[in-house]
Amino acid sequence: MNTIKRILGVVWIALGVAAGYYLIVSQAIPQFSSGRSEDLVPAIIYTFILMPIITGGLCIFGWYALQGEYDEVA
Amino acid sequence: MQETIPVDETTRKKTLWKVIGASSLGTLIEWYDFYIFGSLAIIISTKFFPPDNPTAAFLSTLATFAAGFVVRPFGALFFGRLGDIIGRKYTFMVTLLVMGLATCAIGLVPGYETIGFAAPIIVLVLRLLQGLALGGEYGGAATYVAEYSEPGKRGYRTSWIQTTATFGLFISLAVIMLTKNSMSAEAFDEWGWRLPFLISSVMVVVSYFIRRNMDESPLFKKAKSEGNTSANPLRESFGKKYNFKFVLLALFGATMGQGVIWYTGQFYALSFLQNVCKVDFDQTNYIIGAALLAGTGFFVFFGWLSDKVGRKPIMLAGMLLAILTYRPIFDRIYQLTDTGNKTELVDQYTSRQHVEMDGDTGDSLRVTTMERFYADGSVHTAVETETKAVGQSQFSAPIATGHIHVGSGAFASLVLLVFVLVLYVTMVYGPIAAFLVEMFPVRIRYTSMSLPYHIGNGIFGGLLPAVATYLVAKAQFTNSLEKPYLEGLWYPIIIAGVSFVIGLLYLRNKNQNVQ
Repeated sequence: MNTIKRILGVVWIALGVAAGYYLIVSQAIPQFSSGRSEDLVPAIIYTFILMPIITGGLCIFGWYALQGEYDEVA
Repeated sequence: MQETIPVDETTRKKTLWKVIGASSLGTLIEWYDFYIFGSLAIIISTKFFPPDNPTAAFLSTLATFAAGFVVRPFGALFFGRLGDIIGRKYTFMVTLLVMGLATCAIGLVPGYETIGFAAPIIVLVLRLLQGLALGGEYGGAATYVAEYSEPGKRGYRTSWIQTTATFGLFISLAVIMLTKNSMSAEAFDEWGWRLPFLISSVMVVVSYFIRRNMDESPLFKKAKSEGNTSANPLRESFGKKYNFKFVLLALFGATMGQGVIWYTGQFYALSFLQNVCKVDFDQTNYIIGAALLAGTGFFVFFGWLSDKVGRKPIMLAGMLLAILTYRPIFDRIYQLTDTGNKTELVDQYTSRQHVEMDGDTGDSLRVTTMERFYADGSVHTAVETETKAVGQSQFSAPIATGHIHVGSGAFASLVLLVFVLVLYVTMVYGPIAAFLVEMFPVRIRYTSMSLPYHIGNGIFGGLLPAVATYLVAKAQFTNSLEKPYLEGLWYPIIIAGVSFVIGLLYLRNKNQNVQ
């Protein structure tokens, strides 16, 4: 089980990076460039709130998993 | 390790229900306060955020997003830190007062027409204060009750706190409906909408005096008397790997999935019925209200059950059931309201038309109302509105709106289906307070549990309506899918799926002690 937990750490890191790419490239940039004021707030939230939480959080979580930090938890 | 609570057993048992009652009542009021703004969002926008003004529209979006997403986690950090330094009781009394004052003040702010831009700015600030207070309240109440509870009953005791979010929504809908039905539509639009905000002040005062007489949590008192409280809970929670890894685990393995399931069951179901299925506004509220009322008791049941079989299996079962059945359930809801599946009583079809003139502009307005009746008792009302400006010879292209008032059989089926969605909510949400409390030590508990809770619910859950609506609109635009109305469900399904896998592999199987 611990081996699976560690290997999946790579998956969580990749998922974090993919989610960050999707949030910035597919969501935030088109909304920043739309010129509409109602798009500005979601774009700011995607860039400065969601992306750091999802990408940063999942990457750190994945890194900890990879290092075996969660081996003893279950 | 066997825990010892520094009060004698008789006193603790005597005060336990008082503690649960006082904590739950305050949290219930906070949820009520938070929801009435959302439930009255349309009328509030007309009073404070005129849509034809781009700056006001920007402030409106900010009020919706900022209070729901951004501010709640900040409230969790701010009040969580206070709660771990000065105590749970004083902190969640402050959150109660901040929420009550902000809510009452929203009901007193003059409209945009009276004080101009000051109105939306004041409302925005008050809404932010509501978000901050909510961010601090929940963690305090859950921690306070859990630290009073005896081991082996923590899930049951804290589940009463868990009923408050659903019950708060139910009460907010009930108060709004009662206020609305007790006066004319014009009176409600003019001043009646302020009453649900003002009623809150009475409830807050009552709750404040009840809470004021409560003692500090015994575990916190013990920690403080032994000098074991944290001087810097933020640094200790998020700066130390040993604690921070559990914050991340709580977020990705539990609250993230729980948040999207909660929002799907309570809020997306409401939005889906109203905006996708076009069910009559009042009937939608009755459907949701009935399902919430029937489901609320299950928060307590699953909280109690989590003491017996563990928090993890119940929460993960709720997530898995939701992942597997969301699409069939929402599809069934859609089919029940689709007039294409009903037998029309053609001979009962009615159509009325009237033309009115705008006294100021002289423009003509032609309104055509068509009613179609169906064998199952459903009635579909379609309204077409055409305008003709002064000097023009023809009416403009009609703007069509419509809604369905479903028959009693379909109504009962819809209540049942929404009840199943609420049941999933109770499975993931009933045990979560005890689960989070047990994950962190006393000295940083308020801070550490509040943040993942409010990121999971405020951000992952709060984002759901916007993302789901976007996915449905995109699918309808591309027109390449058979059932585009179900596309919005991919967001909760994927988020809950990731959370399920992380929870299954990484979370502890056994409940922990709170010491």
